Amino acid sequence: MKILVAVKRVVDYNVKVRAKADGTGVETANVKMSMNPFDEIAVEEAVRLQEAGKAKEIVAVSLGVAACQDTIRTALAMGADRGVLVETDAELQPLAVAKLLKAVVEKENPDLVILGKQAIDDDFNQTGQMLAALLGWPQGTFASKVEVGAGAVNVTREIDGGLETVALKLPAVVTTDLRLNEPRFVKLPNIMKAKKKPLDVLKPADLGVDAAPRLVTLKVQEPPKRQAGIKVESVAALVDKLHKEAHVI
Amino acid sequence: MSILVIAEHDNAALKAATLNAVTAATQIGGDITVLVAGHDCGAVAQAAAQVGDVKKVLVADAPHYANQLAENVAALVVGLAGGYSHILAPATATGKNTLPRVAALLDVAQLSDVVKVESPDTFVRPIYAGNVLATVQSSDKVKVMTVRGTAFPAAAATGGSASVETVAPAADAGVSSFVGQQLTKSDRPELTAAKIIVSGGRGMGNGENFKLLEDVADKLGAAVGASRAAVDAGFVPNDYQVGQTGKVVAPSLYVAVGISGAIQHLAGMKDSKVIVAINKDEEAPIFQVADYGLVADLFAAVPEMSKELDKLKAAG
Repeated sequence: MKILVAVKRVVDYNVKVRAKADGTGVETANVKMSMNPFDEIAVEEAVRLQEAGKAKEIVAVSLGVAACQDTIRTALAMGADRGVLVETDAELQPLAVAKLLKAVVEKENPDLVILGKQAIDDDFNQTGQMLAALLGWPQGTFASKVEVGAGAVNVTREIDGGLETVALKLPAVVTTDLRLNEPRFVKLPNIMKAKKKPLDVLKPADLGVDAAPRLVTLKVQEPPKRQAGIKVESVAALVDKLHKEAHVI
Repeated sequence: MSILVIAEHDNAALKAATLNAVTAATQIGGDITVLVAGHDCGAVAQAAAQVGDVKKVLVADAPHYANQLAENVAALVVGLAGGYSHILAPATATGKNTLPRVAALLDVAQLSDVVKVESPDTFVRPIYAGNVLATVQSSDKVKVMTVRGTAFPAAAATGGSASVETVAPAADAGVSSFVGQQLTKSDRPELTAAKIIVSGGRGMGNGENFKLLEDVADKLGAAVGASRAAVDAGFVPNDYQVGQTGKVVAPSLYVAVGISGAIQHLAGMKDSKVIVAINKDEEAPIFQVADYGLVADLFAAVPEMSKELDKLKAAG
């Protein structure tokens, strides 16, 4: 089986982002960038399937600026076999990413595509579902367990109030949730090895895809700050305040 | 304009999240139709017809809609989409699963987690874990969006008198099937519907200690939640998680116990009316958003709170 994983370069998880003063976007100059955490889980799952003998080849795909090569190299260091970058400086929204990924899927013919359930920058939570729709493939979103069988995959999904399991015919799209696995730390020798793994660079035009954005961001601003309240001295005082002052109990 | 709202339900009852989505539809303006796709879901359709402001209810009843498989429901919605200016669903696990599939098949963008309607084509949605709000305009012919329930009040569940129409089901796509589900059994209210939530963080130490919170929660009629740190540490299941990537809640009272207040947690609960923080670290960021903060060891404070609640109850 061949697996394709999609990885996105985003502002690092630990960075406190700020809106630009002119409201046109968020401050990304001189900010640490990393692989989207949900995509790390996607790469880890693919590597584990390969280690279990279920997958032969793993292709890591990223879309965006030239620096996304770093993100692909991280995936290669984790264990992916080769990389594909669809390079563009233009803004990419989920529908465009799904169309570009579809074009890559049609070239690569994977049996399974694994993506993070959402990127921690734009928080859309759409790309995997859209890719599955465009390919006419089934989808297993928010996965906490993936079991590959013959011609099918069982995906246990995180839903409101618990878990559900669906059976999908391959080829299929899976998006990862937090509890699927804990991604490995990349070791230095693997980083060195990853530098030698093949990485192809394509342009959106090579794939014949119109990647123009459909949504226009008019304004970006920080939400109103909540004011800190008071400190109470004891549990009794707390319960009293909640009852007599806030009237919530 | 005419708006299609996709109902959230379990074939037996209409879920409250649908009512919040109807309010968002009302704010956009136009005739509101609710789609109930399910199996043996007549009671849900009758409930949807009672919702204020709803003009029409469409029911698609077929076995392959029983478990809301995205492949099948999306195909149905796309078949019905002609004539609607907007298609809305609650931003629940089901809505988030199905609606992007609908949007892609219609070749339009989707807006996720809308928290404010500025105009029929302009909406506000949180990005970067709610640290930033983006005002976004769509020029697509159909605006497809999921709506964050806590950002819109619930529409009246009764008082409406919509017509109920049956629509023909689309074919079963035949690529996916439902195997089973394990729902967390609890007599407590659901997190997203609870008026009071008591949440624990890494400070709880282990899953066993969540019993302390459950005791207090039961005295308050509250739901029990958790921070991502507590879920990651394996103390409680993922469906307890309150935060940007978990559940977004806005109860009247949110009690955060042993939660430091990571950005991603604050994004999930900062719209609560009253926030209480109990933490032994007085520097914890949670105190910056708390209306009432108590610097204390939770293992002493929580049992004491339980006793104080008994006293309050006894005093009537």
